[in-house]
Amino acid sequence: MFPFSFEWTWETTRMVFMGGLWYALGIIGAGMTYCILKAAIDASKGTQGRRHH
Amino acid sequence: MDSALIPKGVKRCPMWQFLLGLGIVGAVLAWGVYAMLLCWFKGLNQTNMNDYYGFALWIWADLAVIALGGGAFFSGLLKYIIGKDELKHIINYAVLIGFICYSSALLILAIDIGQPLRGWFIFWHANVHSMLTEVAFCLSAYFAVLTIEYIPLILENRQLDKVPFFHNLSHNMHETMAVFAATGAFLSFFHQGSLGGVAGVLFGRPFAFREGLLIWPWTFFLFTWSAAAYGPSFTLLITWITEKVAGKKLVKDNVVDLLAKISGWMIFTYIIVKLADTSRWAFITAPGLGQTLADFYTGNDFYGYWILFAELILGGVVPAVILISPPLRKKQAWRVTAFILGVMGVSLNRWVMVLQVMAVPIMPFDNWALYYPSWQEVATTILPVAYGVILIMISYRYLPIFPQEAELNPIQDESPAAVEAETESTPDLQPAKA
Repeated sequence: MFPFSFEWTWETTRMVFMGGLWYALGIIGAGMTYCILKAAIDASKGTQGRRHH
Repeated sequence: MDSALIPKGVKRCPMWQFLLGLGIVGAVLAWGVYAMLLCWFKGLNQTNMNDYYGFALWIWADLAVIALGGGAFFSGLLKYIIGKDELKHIINYAVLIGFICYSSALLILAIDIGQPLRGWFIFWHANVHSMLTEVAFCLSAYFAVLTIEYIPLILENRQLDKVPFFHNLSHNMHETMAVFAATGAFLSFFHQGSLGGVAGVLFGRPFAFREGLLIWPWTFFLFTWSAAAYGPSFTLLITWITEKVAGKKLVKDNVVDLLAKISGWMIFTYIIVKLADTSRWAFITAPGLGQTLADFYTGNDFYGYWILFAELILGGVVPAVILISPPLRKKQAWRVTAFILGVMGVSLNRWVMVLQVMAVPIMPFDNWALYYPSWQEVATTILPVAYGVILIMISYRYLPIFPQEAELNPIQDESPAAVEAETESTPDLQPAKA
């Protein structure tokens, strides 16, 4: 649910719950976006990341 | 036939044997899928749930797999945040087991809600006064984290790794994994806790009700603590079973010993607090609400004091003592016994906090309400087990799950699969990637 939904009310519980969800999804989304974009750029440049053990 | 997909430097069983295994487990999976479709098409009348049991076998299974899957977040926390680097040799498997547990939990919930097409309502029409909303949010988000942790492992398949984009994506995801692991630990803390909180706030059910800190009953903290404590034991138990089935050692003893020790101390501290909580509940909280301990454990054919003993002593004190004692922990038979007892203990804890809560009579005119699951409920609860076995079989065969496997099991013979897997070896041959 977003603040522009008609059901939204500006109350603390709603802001904490939904804010927490967006915060977590934001970190996950930003992290994956960074990884995908960097991988595309590195692949286009022919760079090979080192292996992890 | 599929040797080009098998990780370098390791040996796998012949294809026919693999397919036979898949077929047997697949038959069980098909039985579960049939029961699942019955529940979806005919409705929840296929279950034995009733007015007493709005939560039943499925919710117990949910809570149990979520607790057992806690090994993923806790191992991730230990490796990426606290810096226990030795755990890199088992973290892949912990992630895979966590992925299976959480996807199973979501699958069971999709059956349990009866109308899965409306599953998204919990996000859009969220009841922000419910702990279960927090559970749904954190569970879904943490499943996304587990998927992100599992993807690099898939991308490290020999053939996929040859694609530059996938290789770089896998590398980048490893580089940022600490951020995802920290997010996962944060999400796990809250959803594990809220699952316990759901029971603890039931002030009309003295069997479950607990006092607490601010808005959180003690069960909130106990559930999180127990998941972190018993989850690694489950990871180690499944690792041991996998080693037995594969017929070879997959993880070095020092790694197993370290995780077992951590799990043991976590169980030890948990069980002390749990015993204190149980004592306060038995002698102060429940009597204050008009019921005695005997009310909860007598007068029926199933729930006796044995269940309290099995959960706290057999499933708590005994595994804790075994795992914190170095001489006992180093002996495989004792160690595995502790893992089995621990898994039984935490599963029993979730059972009583879901099902015994519903069974105990709370009104003077009430009777014990015992519940027996229908075959559809049993089949759909076994379904995720079959799915988990299949995912482990496929992942073990094609992905570098165990980084120490090649070192522990150098290939001696010249069997076709082994030879073919060796042909593409490079000068910088590595056992596997973590």
